[in-house]
Amino acid sequence: MKLTLPAFVGRIAFSALAALIGAAFALPLLWFLFAPFNARAELGLAVPDPWTLSNFVTVFGNSFAVQALWNSLIQSVGGVILVGAAATLAAYALSRSSLPGKGAVTYILLLFSSVVSGSAAMVPIFLIVSAAGLIDTHLAVILTFAGGLLPTAMFILRDFIDSIPKSYEESAMVAGASPVQAFFDVALPVIRPGIVVVVVWGFVNIWGSFLIPFILLRSDDQMPASVAIYSFYSEAGTPIVTLLAAYSLIYSLPVIALYLFVSWKFGFRFFGGIKA
Amino acid sequence: MTTEPVSDQPRRKLRNFALLSNRAGAAFLTPAGLLVSVFVIVPFFWIIFVSFTNRTLLGKTALNPEFVGLANYLTLFDPSNFFQRGQFGFSLILTTQFVLASALLGQALLGLLLAWLIQTVPPWVKRITETFVIAAWILPEVVIGFAWFAFLDRDQGTLNALLTGVGLPKGDFLLEQPFWVIVVFNTWRGAAFSMMLFGSAFSSIPPSYFQAADVAGASSWQKFKDIGLPLIRGHIVTDLILITMWTFNTFTPFLLTNGGPSYRTELVSIYNYRVAFHDFQFGKGAAVGVIMMLINLAFALVYLGIGRKKKG
Repeated sequence: MKLTLPAFVGRIAFSALAALIGAAFALPLLWFLFAPFNARAELGLAVPDPWTLSNFVTVFGNSFAVQALWNSLIQSVGGVILVGAAATLAAYALSRSSLPGKGAVTYILLLFSSVVSGSAAMVPIFLIVSAAGLIDTHLAVILTFAGGLLPTAMFILRDFIDSIPKSYEESAMVAGASPVQAFFDVALPVIRPGIVVVVVWGFVNIWGSFLIPFILLRSDDQMPASVAIYSFYSEAGTPIVTLLAAYSLIYSLPVIALYLFVSWKFGFRFFGGIKA
Repeated sequence: MTTEPVSDQPRRKLRNFALLSNRAGAAFLTPAGLLVSVFVIVPFFWIIFVSFTNRTLLGKTALNPEFVGLANYLTLFDPSNFFQRGQFGFSLILTTQFVLASALLGQALLGLLLAWLIQTVPPWVKRITETFVIAAWILPEVVIGFAWFAFLDRDQGTLNALLTGVGLPKGDFLLEQPFWVIVVFNTWRGAAFSMMLFGSAFSSIPPSYFQAADVAGASSWQKFKDIGLPLIRGHIVTDLILITMWTFNTFTPFLLTNGGPSYRTELVSIYNYRVAFHDFQFGKGAAVGVIMMLINLAFALVYLGIGRKKKG
């Protein structure tokens, strides 16, 4: 292809502008590339001399920090198991049964889930959880997130199941399978990629969340890493920067890994409500 | 093996064209239905009830709240101090400005610009730019909050180091310009969504449209204005509604500013948190929540209305 001189200059200008914006987005994160590996890290940008893993050793020696990571894992895994199982069953029913009013159900669920956001509904959520006697338990966070994420998860999965031909299950049933067998043995393996997407999405949401565990949990041994990191830098007076830098990096790793996994496996398609 | 169900099944299927009987369907829906009812639908109605009481977290009214009618709403909309800092009116106006500046202008325009630029630049520039824009969006909010806390530090922060480097004076931005800090912060945090939405919209336009324009000698700006923009109009509306709702409800700036200094970044979500969980006035906090939900409802109805028109 021939390029005229103005077009060539234009292309370079476009690339330069895109690179400049990319650099502006990178700036606040650059610090995280260096500080975790610097034993004398401060809030300023500095190349570690020498590079070291000693900050990570400190993190893993801090029982509160390790416990918080563990709590994040319990809450996220518990939440996605519930979301994944309940959403799969419900989405399958919405797609394959002829229950009256199932179109309206989807519409109303979507409406409610976008109206009842965590920051608008923190008071009733707190009251419901305390009425159930679940304040300061993992279960409180797990159930709250399961309820909140389910409408979107059901919506994503119903679309996915709708796109699978019914003939799969039909032929299984002609061969003598019961509807429930057709679901577990025929439909479920075909739906699995959709479930993986929903589970990854749910995990990232719960793992990164702050507000809900912040209001529902009280004691140190229940707190997830998000609340722990916040208390490290907001309440401690002078934050222990070295510990925080390494800890934040460890805490971010699962999210980064899952993002890479999804974009490698599925190509990063995203859905309307990927962030709750 | 019995043959009865097999002969029975097709008949029933012909009747209602469903693979799953109504009974099994209802059973499949039950777990999700319970969870969503308790944590989404009940809160919606309970909050309306609580907003008419003087319920608190501690004390006598924690157990036996009294019905106070519209008192909580009247306090929120008290004209004598409505616009004062730390009051509801101030938060509401601040949030409106925040949504206008950081979502509708910041995220949408920057996302649009990025989506357009990325179509034409070499793949490696595209990949690097996309990586950082998306990283800002997917990393956990607490990490982002801390990253900006370090970035903006008055004495050592990267931003002030850069400013000093080019001969500009340092600034303590979190104290001096807190509102613009959270605007830039939220733009930076959320631009990826608009970029990806517009990017996928642009790539669904048949390339022949642009090739024809190339032959006619159109500039990039003309192609953007006359082909790209009109063809993605529907996506722009979708994007604007979604990012408006998310930005209106976001709590993330709390992690950077705590709503301060002196309430200058106290968005309604943060105001709601302070009233309910710092001052322990659940009744008043519930009233704030009800108003937030009404605003959410208006946007959601518009959004779902558009979605329905598109499908049906």
